[in-house]
Amino acid sequence: MSKGPLWTMAGTGLLVLLAGCNSEQSAFTPAGAEAERINILFWIMTIAGGLILVGVIVLSAVAIHAGETLRSRLSSERFIIGAGLVFPVTVLSMLLVYGFVVLRAGASAPPSDNGIRFVISGEQWWWRVTYFDADGNSFESANELHIPVGQPVRLELTTADVLHSFWVPRLAGKLDMIPGRTNVLTITATEEGVSRGQCAEYCGGAHALMSFHVVAQTPEDFEAWMAKESGPAVRSEAGPAVRGGQLFLDSGCGGCHAIRGTPAAGVIGPDLTHVGSRHSLAAATLPNTAEAFAHWIANNQHIKPENKMPPYNIFTRSELEDLAFYLESLQ
Amino acid sequence: MQQYPAELPNKGPRPKGELEELERIWATPKGFRMLTAVNNTVIGTLYIGAALLFFVLAGILALLMRTQLAVPDNNFLGQDLYNQIFTVHGTTMMFLFAVPVVEALGVMLLPQMLAARDLPFPRLSAFAIWAYIIGGLVFFSTIFYDMAPKGGWFMYPPLTLTEYSPGSNADFWLLGIGFIEISAIAGAIEIIVGVLRTRPPGMTLAKMPIFAWAMLIFAAMIVFAFPAVILATMLLELERAFGWPFFTAASGGDALLWQHLFWFFGHPEVYIIFLPAAGLVSMMIPVMAQTPLVGYRLIVVALIATGFFSFGLWVHHMFTTGIPGLSLAFFSAASMAVAIPSGIQVFSWIATIATRKSRFRVTVPSLFVMGFLFIFVLGGLTGVMVAVVPFDFQAHDTYFIVAHLHYVLVGGMVFPLFATFYFWAPMVSRKMLSERLGRWAFWLMFIGFNTAFFPMHITGLSGMPRRVWTYPGYLGWDMLNLISTAGAFIMATGVLVFIIDLVRNFRFGRGGPENPWNAGTLEFLPNDVYSTRSIPHVTSRDPLWDQPDLAQQVREGLHYLPNAPTGGRETVITSVIEAKPQYVIQMPGPSWTHLAAAVFTAACFLLLTVKAVAIALTCGVLAIVSCIVWAWQLDRPDQGEVDIGGGIRLPTYMTGPMSHSWWAMVILMLVGASLFISYVFSYLYLWTVSPEVWAPGGSPALPPWTYPLGSALLLTGGSALVYWAEKRLPAAGRFSLLVPALLVLAAALLAGAVGLEVLGHVRTGLDPSANAYSAMVYMAAVLTGQAAFATIILCAFACGRLAAKRMDRERRITFDNAALLYWYTAAQGLCGLVLIHGFPRLIG
Repeated sequence: MSKGPLWTMAGTGLLVLLAGCNSEQSAFTPAGAEAERINILFWIMTIAGGLILVGVIVLSAVAIHAGETLRSRLSSERFIIGAGLVFPVTVLSMLLVYGFVVLRAGASAPPSDNGIRFVISGEQWWWRVTYFDADGNSFESANELHIPVGQPVRLELTTADVLHSFWVPRLAGKLDMIPGRTNVLTITATEEGVSRGQCAEYCGGAHALMSFHVVAQTPEDFEAWMAKESGPAVRSEAGPAVRGGQLFLDSGCGGCHAIRGTPAAGVIGPDLTHVGSRHSLAAATLPNTAEAFAHWIANNQHIKPENKMPPYNIFTRSELEDLAFYLESLQ
Repeated sequence: MQQYPAELPNKGPRPKGELEELERIWATPKGFRMLTAVNNTVIGTLYIGAALLFFVLAGILALLMRTQLAVPDNNFLGQDLYNQIFTVHGTTMMFLFAVPVVEALGVMLLPQMLAARDLPFPRLSAFAIWAYIIGGLVFFSTIFYDMAPKGGWFMYPPLTLTEYSPGSNADFWLLGIGFIEISAIAGAIEIIVGVLRTRPPGMTLAKMPIFAWAMLIFAAMIVFAFPAVILATMLLELERAFGWPFFTAASGGDALLWQHLFWFFGHPEVYIIFLPAAGLVSMMIPVMAQTPLVGYRLIVVALIATGFFSFGLWVHHMFTTGIPGLSLAFFSAASMAVAIPSGIQVFSWIATIATRKSRFRVTVPSLFVMGFLFIFVLGGLTGVMVAVVPFDFQAHDTYFIVAHLHYVLVGGMVFPLFATFYFWAPMVSRKMLSERLGRWAFWLMFIGFNTAFFPMHITGLSGMPRRVWTYPGYLGWDMLNLISTAGAFIMATGVLVFIIDLVRNFRFGRGGPENPWNAGTLEFLPNDVYSTRSIPHVTSRDPLWDQPDLAQQVREGLHYLPNAPTGGRETVITSVIEAKPQYVIQMPGPSWTHLAAAVFTAACFLLLTVKAVAIALTCGVLAIVSCIVWAWQLDRPDQGEVDIGGGIRLPTYMTGPMSHSWWAMVILMLVGASLFISYVFSYLYLWTVSPEVWAPGGSPALPPWTYPLGSALLLTGGSALVYWAEKRLPAAGRFSLLVPALLVLAAALLAGAVGLEVLGHVRTGLDPSANAYSAMVYMAAVLTGQAAFATIILCAFACGRLAAKRMDRERRITFDNAALLYWYTAAQGLCGLVLIHGFPRLIG
């Protein structure tokens, strides 16, 4: 919740009520410093704007209904200049300055000192997330970003194909991903938890189905997660997992997907090394369950039309179950 | 016996047969020949009707989208169709409805408001309208066979490049819409010359109706804004068709170049749509209040300021692209500043209402105007909100923006438009529209609109991005979307009620109630196919209020030009500022030529889209032939001086800066110059992005100095030849071989200059598809080449006129136009040479 004045909280509550209960992608329930500043800015502008709108309605009503003496005050060029020039110039100047203050506050956050780099690349229609540690070692993940709470984090945003826009409303405003450029977005999570983000720049076909999650953790949890995530896939000795793993390799899945610690080293699609531990599948289109894996492998063109993965109708039901079990076991 | 005041320009009663002659000359062709009509009321009605059709069609698409979004995880439309539909909805609303309909209102209302018999180039507006109708219908129909573009109405590359958008869907946008933009420019030239030169005597700029001011600024904005998007369209189509990499980062191009060019057009576009609507409101409110507009001068200044500011705002569509903070600050301030002129207008309207002498009349037009005021102010306030950069970071590309832009455009333009329909219908309809149905239409539209769009502010900030065909149910957007969908259908019902009203009550023709609202401006003078019987002498801003007998006097032909002294269509041309009568313009009547030109031009562009190159080029040639036949009938011979009344004798032929043709040509040159300046911007912009591909480091070294010098020599030499030809124009009825010889030689030099420039680069091994630099180098030659192509045709046309003894020392408009275009092309070519050959040497 915002640290802003009481009415901010009251207004937010009302809106959340209006908008239903879930708010993991809502700018009204900020969980980051940038989003909080913008939320306060929003409420100040909304209330001021509401008052101005009421003012215009009252003046119009006076002009239409009131008696001559009251009306005569409105019927001169002096009124026009006062209400149409002096008033807006004053209000807008103040707003402009306030806007710059918020803008600078967002841009001037110092980079985090743990030396970790976060590089996110938008691809039709998923997110490639690459972490570089202080020594320059890197590993990949997809459709999920983990960050430590309380530290400004610099996200380097790029694209592999068309324009995309990285947007997590609860943390900060959005920033576009543009070919040939690297845009840097600084976010500072203020509380632990999972936020949902979504591509905000139309990127063709399945633009609507290009979402992701951001997991804000305590610095200790984040370090632990980094240590585990950068390692190879965990091997499960359970029968279906072994069969599924073999099936994965035999069916050529490794041509596009990488699972570190196995021969699968494809770079076209998302890295699946720890896919079972993520919050969702297919860029936050499906829940992360074994059934969803099976459903996705066989019907992905129906679930997310035009996505670059061909539908695999070649598997029997039990093969699908093995594959799904294996992928789900990649914790 | 009636008394005729002696001080009026003409004496009554007017001779018998005079009125009948006017009616005969201005008669609208009957039957299928209606297609050839050029009268502004006929084609204006057609124009508005077509725009309304597109409004309804694009509205139906909106309802389909709202149905798809009514519930989460819906499969009503599907992904691909939804993407096509939102693209066509936006494109149709912006390019086929909003701009055309305000241009249509200009065509329809301006001659009436200015008591001119017609706009100065009647066939040009008819051409623009037919081109728009044919092109628009074909473009829209692509949605029915899965051919519609799906890159959004903004068509951002790289998504719209062949790699990500194979197939001709995107080409339909680029060629179809690009061509309709040309039609918009034709209309803009017409409107500028019309407003500046066909005002009635005495109507100085300071006495001009606000709508004329708004249309003047509107048209000027089109002249400067549209070329940017035309250039962008050309660049993108060249990259799609031939791989010239203007927008591909890997070859030194930049996707953001498109956004700069598109929004340099796209933001003024919003005000292009809004200003005329605001102008109409400024016309209607004084009538409702029965008192002159308070703050006329302030409103004029506000309109001009809006037009001016609107060119400094385009980057606010790009706040989230990662541009530097200083640019953000500048464009944020400019975006807020543009709210001020709107504020001035709003409070001028309130002040005018407050000044009313009698009760404020609540009629259907005034309901729509009050609805406009509410919606537009709300949209303006959210506009200020998104001008604040950090807030835009959140709101950009979400449903908050969908809400904001519909508040501004529907509130700012559609509501005034419906007010206009109810207010001005009596001008062209025998019956007024129904007050009862009109009220139903208003309340349904007003309630429906707010129900549909107000919740979207909340939906957007709750995290829903734009242009998504589906959304999951667990994010709290479902109820808001359902409410929006319900509102959309309520609003559509309102539009349906309006259409029922139109069907029941709109009857094209004369004889409706005369001045039903007791308005003060000239369009409510009694009028017929010839516009007003005589052209009044105007002494104030509200002549019908200040000269109570004016309607009667005008009807009886007691003012200027009550007849047709040259025996053809004509109107009085007055001076730009003071509106002093200068000459009588002879105007062309109905014709098949402009219609054929429109059909073949549309066919040429659309067939190019589907790569039927041979037939397309044939149609292109036929279009040019049609234009030549059309132009052959223009530039009519001098009829000597004629008497228009009040002791004023005016010439019937005019050349040089006083002629309407010179004005149109100069405006066309401004269009060309805007296009070229957009090009220069693009060249320099790409250099700042990718200096590494520029010559001499990243590309073959420039050709030696001899090439550009030779090219420059040819251009200057040709210009001198044209100047020489001008001095040697033969006397009337004579033929001189020297002039055509000079023109042919000049045309050859022009072609040679372009050829030499291209040859120079080809010989250095520069390949246009190599990188952004090489593509830009050849693009300069493309732009000069297309101007040269038009110039050469015009030179040939002038030679033909000379041979037919239709051109001489006196009757020389054709020659003047050819010469102006020649000099313009040469000047542009020289600037291009300086840029292409000078800039890399300067920085290298």
